[in-house]
Amino acid sequence: MRGAGEHRRGGQRPAHVREPAAEREPPPAAPAPLGGWDAAPGAEAVWGASAPAGGARDAAEELLRHRRQRGGHDGSLPRHGAAGPLVRPYTVTGGRTRPAEAGLDMISIVVATRERVDWGPLEPEHAAILRLCGRPVSVAELSAQLDLPMTVVKVLLGDLIANGDVLARAPMPASDPPHMSVLQAVLDGIRRL
Amino acid sequence: MASADSDNGTAPGADPGGEPGGHIPLAVKILVAGGFGVGKTTLVGSVSEIEPLSTEEVMTEASMGVDDLGGVEEKTTTTVALDFGRITVNQQVVLYLFGTPGQGRFWFMWDELAEGALGAVVLADTRRLDTCFPAVDFFERRRIPFVVAVNLFDGAYDYGTQEVREAVDVGADVPIVLSDARDRESSKAVLLALVEHVMRRRSPATTGRPLP
Repeated sequence: MRGAGEHRRGGQRPAHVREPAAEREPPPAAPAPLGGWDAAPGAEAVWGASAPAGGARDAAEELLRHRRQRGGHDGSLPRHGAAGPLVRPYTVTGGRTRPAEAGLDMISIVVATRERVDWGPLEPEHAAILRLCGRPVSVAELSAQLDLPMTVVKVLLGDLIANGDVLARAPMPASDPPHMSVLQAVLDGIRRL
Repeated sequence: MASADSDNGTAPGADPGGEPGGHIPLAVKILVAGGFGVGKTTLVGSVSEIEPLSTEEVMTEASMGVDDLGGVEEKTTTTVALDFGRITVNQQVVLYLFGTPGQGRFWFMWDELAEGALGAVVLADTRRLDTCFPAVDFFERRRIPFVVAVNLFDGAYDYGTQEVREAVDVGADVPIVLSDARDRESSKAVLLALVEHVMRRRSPATTGRPLP
């Protein structure tokens, strides 16, 4: 998704934007607990005991496979040529550029609310996000892992939040000066590195 | 660090008792700014617990152009790439380090980036010190605390911090740190100088360690 951000103009519309639900691969019954991606061992303990690493990669690969099935993204590296991705980023949001849930920041932290999810009605992108939300994760990280622009991730997260599948914690409000205890914790955390 | 509590992060729904999401950590961020190629991502990578990730934001901007297509306002979109890293401070706090786009034309994004930031590191290269001036201006105008870190490139002129302070024209309270963005300890010292600076500004009584 990097590069000039110029998507193919005019001419072809992306072929099958949405596939019939029946053709979709049934997702796993529950999101596998995800290990952080290459997190430091110390960090892992904080973020929670982890399943074998690669959960995030699996979710991203799953998403890329779906895109391939749509005749869009070929999933290879580099992700796409100068012409940009074949599926426009906002196709997956149904053209929406504003999330239903306002106030999501790039470092808002989100987490799935429950283990059991009715995966049936979920679009692949929603499902991919939900899988990565098995542990607290930021909007920016989701965007990087799924190779989707942050605005798109925010829209999709807004759907999941509205649906009660995901909870978000906003970052420190800009108006509030940082608490001394937070600053001290950050200081100690950096010293420990 | 591995306590029973830490399991909650991977067991959504299995959260015992407390409200779901009660263990969502608070995110804070520090910006790393400076001219193009000055070593922002290198600094982020040297302290981040993950390989720096890259994300992008598609920004829409009203065009300044003169083309008027039947009253339809021309909009242009620009894709802005951001590199960032993460430091898990503890179970309650996670710190993100964002390398800010170096090019001037991405400035319209900085307001969103800067919102709520703890502070900023302005990376400077003494061979082309002027490339850090816009970042210094930006943070001064918005009263965002920052430190100037002079990245010591091979072959860079050997300036003292006082000379850099005069050249960049920042107040005596702004820490100026000589650094090597590739070196974790050095980058840690830069971040520590920043956080201590932020704490001093918050509470003059709480002076941290002397600055390096």
